[in-house]
Amino acid sequence: MRFFEKILKIDRRWIFLIVGIVVIIPLIFPIGMPVLTTPPVRSLYNYVDKLQGTGKAVMLVTDFDPSTMPELLPMACAILRHCFAKKIPVYLYGGLYSAYVGMAEMALEKTLPDFPDLQYGKDYIFLGYVPGVSLVILGMGGSISGTFNTDYYGNKLDTLPLNKMVDNYKNIGIVIDLSGSASPETWVIYGYQRFGVRIGVGTTAVSAAQYYPMLQTGQFVGMLGGLKGAAEYEQLIKKAGIPTGRLEATIGMDAQSFVHIFLIFIIILGNIAFLITKKRKV
Amino acid sequence: MRRNLPLALAFILGFVMIFQYFIPHPLSQKFYDIFIQQWLIIISIFFYILSWRSFVLYHTNKIRRKKEGWWASIVAIVSFLFMALAGIITKKGYIFNQMYNYVYAPLQATMFSLLAFFVASAAFRAFRARNLEATLLLIAATIVMLGRVSVGSYIWKGLPDFVEWILEYPNMAAQRGIRIGVGLGMIATSLKIILGIERTYLGGGD
Amino acid sequence: MNISTDIWVWIAALLTLFIYSFLYKDNPFYKFAEHLFIGIGVGYTTVLLWFNSVIPKLWNPLVHGTSPMRFFLIIPILIGALMFSIFSKKNNWLIRIPIAIYIGAGSGLAIPLDFEGLIFEQVKGTILTKSMFNSFIVGFSSIVLFIGVIATLVYFYFSKEHKGFVGKTARVGIFYIMIAFGASFGYTVMARVSLLIGRMQFLLHNWLGIIK
Repeated sequence: MRFFEKILKIDRRWIFLIVGIVVIIPLIFPIGMPVLTTPPVRSLYNYVDKLQGTGKAVMLVTDFDPSTMPELLPMACAILRHCFAKKIPVYLYGGLYSAYVGMAEMALEKTLPDFPDLQYGKDYIFLGYVPGVSLVILGMGGSISGTFNTDYYGNKLDTLPLNKMVDNYKNIGIVIDLSGSASPETWVIYGYQRFGVRIGVGTTAVSAAQYYPMLQTGQFVGMLGGLKGAAEYEQLIKKAGIPTGRLEATIGMDAQSFVHIFLIFIIILGNIAFLITKKRKV
Repeated sequence: MRRNLPLALAFILGFVMIFQYFIPHPLSQKFYDIFIQQWLIIISIFFYILSWRSFVLYHTNKIRRKKEGWWASIVAIVSFLFMALAGIITKKGYIFNQMYNYVYAPLQATMFSLLAFFVASAAFRAFRARNLEATLLLIAATIVMLGRVSVGSYIWKGLPDFVEWILEYPNMAAQRGIRIGVGLGMIATSLKIILGIERTYLGGGD
Repeated sequence: MNISTDIWVWIAALLTLFIYSFLYKDNPFYKFAEHLFIGIGVGYTTVLLWFNSVIPKLWNPLVHGTSPMRFFLIIPILIGALMFSIFSKKNNWLIRIPIAIYIGAGSGLAIPLDFEGLIFEQVKGTILTKSMFNSFIVGFSSIVLFIGVIATLVYFYFSKEHKGFVGKTARVGIFYIMIAFGASFGYTVMARVSLLIGRMQFLLHNWLGIIK
């Protein structure tokens, strides 16, 4: 009995320490548990894959900041690698808010070294930031160069070969929004409903559960949810023989498994301790 | 005038944008292109003035009144000025990029990663199966936590598929009900703003 | 072990440890890192706004443009400049004008789009169709979905007391909501842990070089 009372009163810093250890050990001594692919991820992968040779571009939007980087940056890198390897033109858009642009730059820095033959302006364009949120989405339906004027580096968009072919959503095969907030809904409402451009989403695990309704109605083509979603996409491109770089999401899945087991254990332990001490007081 | 002019503007523009959606005439499209692509975006650039003002006022007040931790406000202002000047003078050069990649990004990522520890502590102390509803919540959470990681398929082969079913049907049913409610609420709020019933965006005073 | 010799990696690692020191207790190192983060964030936004919005949207069209229509841009610039009125005690009410324009136009844009995206599509997706019953599992699951949506909407309908049939339906709605919240909690835990794993990977791989 006293043991359970002590358990309930334990200093939370011991829990912090154990969580830290449970994360670090599988990273240092990986087991390599398999990552099974789920239908929403496979849907998105197949849709992007089918754009090869159609001349349509993928618009990858990094609507996330460093707070969700561990989950969403691996997704950005995996999707970029997929597009670059299959020669699918890419508009990399640094997001609806200014703090997100750096993430797009980071994704490029991590992926470009493996694709030295790519030509900027022809194979990919990096759009910077313009304020307006939903207005920017609506503006791109008319003209991307009209909305942005220049790319992130200051080049006039109407001088770039890719933008001459693709200046609005008509020649964009899919917009993939990677976001930890409600941006995917904004893209659906202002992009898909208004202009019919198809939307794919990569989201943090926090938001993934709430996007299933939009997945079922077809408003989202597919969805990558959390670190697992990123790991699944990494495995799909690895199977396709595409250079993957360091599989950050896949490496993290072992640690994820162990922490989840630990958390379930302490929830059960906490409930047992609570029930026993409650009975004792009665 | 001080309240009526902004209310009138919101009213007119609100209805103009609703009707514009249903009018396919080229003039309507031209108006949309100019007003949305250019004018509203230009206006939204100036909104940042509010955020700068709040930031500078808060920290300079703290320094002036020597409140607790005022030295940290000096750090905030100096780092703001350094980052802004470094970026503008070097035209987003090396120092600016390095500060983003190795100071801002790690700091923000680490701040949010603290939540993992607090979630664990909260799960242990507060997550109790006090009644049927709480027990249902706990069971659903446990199943999802196990099923979404690799170890779940070792416990039961069908667990990942079962979790997918829970997410696609019972979870989605509730999320859809909530989403429809939210959609109706957003439309009601938008109408209230356009009709001048909701006026909190005008602030206090005359 | 292959410790990094890059000064910037060391700076990032030390700042990471400063933040984690908060787990033991609040301290000046944490406060320093916290305020550094705030200041740099605001500075970063300022620079991006300058180069990606002010220069291409305001400066270049007005100063370097050739079309006479470009002078119409002065109208939104003047409207936006009313934001500076916040610094005047007498005329600070003028700030309401650009805010009202933005919010009014935004609300008007949102109404038809919200109807389509959030309501019509969602209702459409809930309707039972004949083709759903070609498979037993899909048919059964679709009924589960249909009942759940109706029950959840009934739960959130507070204009009628939750008694009798309405009460029972609302109770079913609560069960669905609890399952959804449980799933959300499970996912939330996953998300938070992923953030921690990401930082640990940085410390162990990029900084200390312990893992590949």
